[in-house]
Amino acid sequence: MMNTADLLNIFNRHRGDAIVIPGRGGRHWVNISDQPDLDVPLGDPAMGGHASFALGLALAQPQRRVVLFDSEGDIMMAMGVLATIAEQKPANLYHFMLDNECYATTGGQPVPNAKAVKYDTLAQGAGYPNAYAFDNLETFENQIEGILSRPGPVFVALKVNPEINNTPIGQRKRWLKRSALDSIAALRKSIGISAA
Amino acid sequence: MSENSSTHLSPETFVAEFKKHGVSHVVWLPDSETNFLYVLMKAEPSLTLVAVSREGLAFSTAAGLHAGGKVPVILIQNTGMMESGDSMRGWGLGLKIPVVMMIGYRGYTRHGVNTDTAATYTERFLNAFGINYYLVESDADADRISVAFEEAKRTQRPVAVLVGDEYHGFTSKP
Repeated sequence: MMNTADLLNIFNRHRGDAIVIPGRGGRHWVNISDQPDLDVPLGDPAMGGHASFALGLALAQPQRRVVLFDSEGDIMMAMGVLATIAEQKPANLYHFMLDNECYATTGGQPVPNAKAVKYDTLAQGAGYPNAYAFDNLETFENQIEGILSRPGPVFVALKVNPEINNTPIGQRKRWLKRSALDSIAALRKSIGISAA
Repeated sequence: MSENSSTHLSPETFVAEFKKHGVSHVVWLPDSETNFLYVLMKAEPSLTLVAVSREGLAFSTAAGLHAGGKVPVILIQNTGMMESGDSMRGWGLGLKIPVVMMIGYRGYTRHGVNTDTAATYTERFLNAFGINYYLVESDADADRISVAFEEAKRTQRPVAVLVGDEYHGFTSKP
């Protein structure tokens, strides 16, 4: 199992000018990234939707790399998105998935069949041309550059340490530095899209 | 165009409205109302079809397309819309996505004596979310589709078009 902040730091060295949707890694990414106007930290609009949001963004901006840090809980809720993404074949989409085997924000209850599901196999079965799985930082660090050089869609399953939170939701410290709407507005301005 | 276009709804009407409003992507899941529309949309070069596996994912996909500068439309059945509730809330309303939702109004009878509960709850569901909607039953109602597009853009909210009639084919005359 890897530490989420460590692997995000490794990724950041290879980020380039990619649009990054940090998803469940957002609480760390907002303190790691030095390109906040290309980041889209959304918090949690509704579970299960990050991958399809990333797909939409990738289809809309085919000339830019779009990188998502999804979670296994979200994929469990919307597994069919793997088929949709594979069918659309966005060559610019890099679909990382942080797998901590539990629902950390509700106290750490296990995801169904948490230790046995092979998400990289599911992605390949759905039609992703390239899929990987890592559970140690060294191997991830050695392969990340090659992964990002391949045409997408690429799926990367990452086993990470759970960061379980038992604090009542209303008492949690907010990690978002700006609202999801402000992040989207900043991204659109940054990539030259006029106001809607 | 169907011979009875004044009383029926033809898929050409929809495609014409999509083109008029610069729609780039149709995010959809087939329903009982849209088979013939599918064939026409697939042939239309200005449209990219994105097939989702569950209707809630249409809202998050549309949100991503909009964030990236494209103009999506959602095309789903009323049953799937109701399944989508939390996604509609978080991705559609929460992120202020100006998307038109074309909703197949399964079970609609015009007179309220429904035998299909999908129709019974459709408008109640939209009202609960505060989403405005317009009913189209024939080609004569096409201007309401434009009203929906303009309202979505102006209010930065999803707006629904309830499709109250099955398409009656689109056999084009030579």
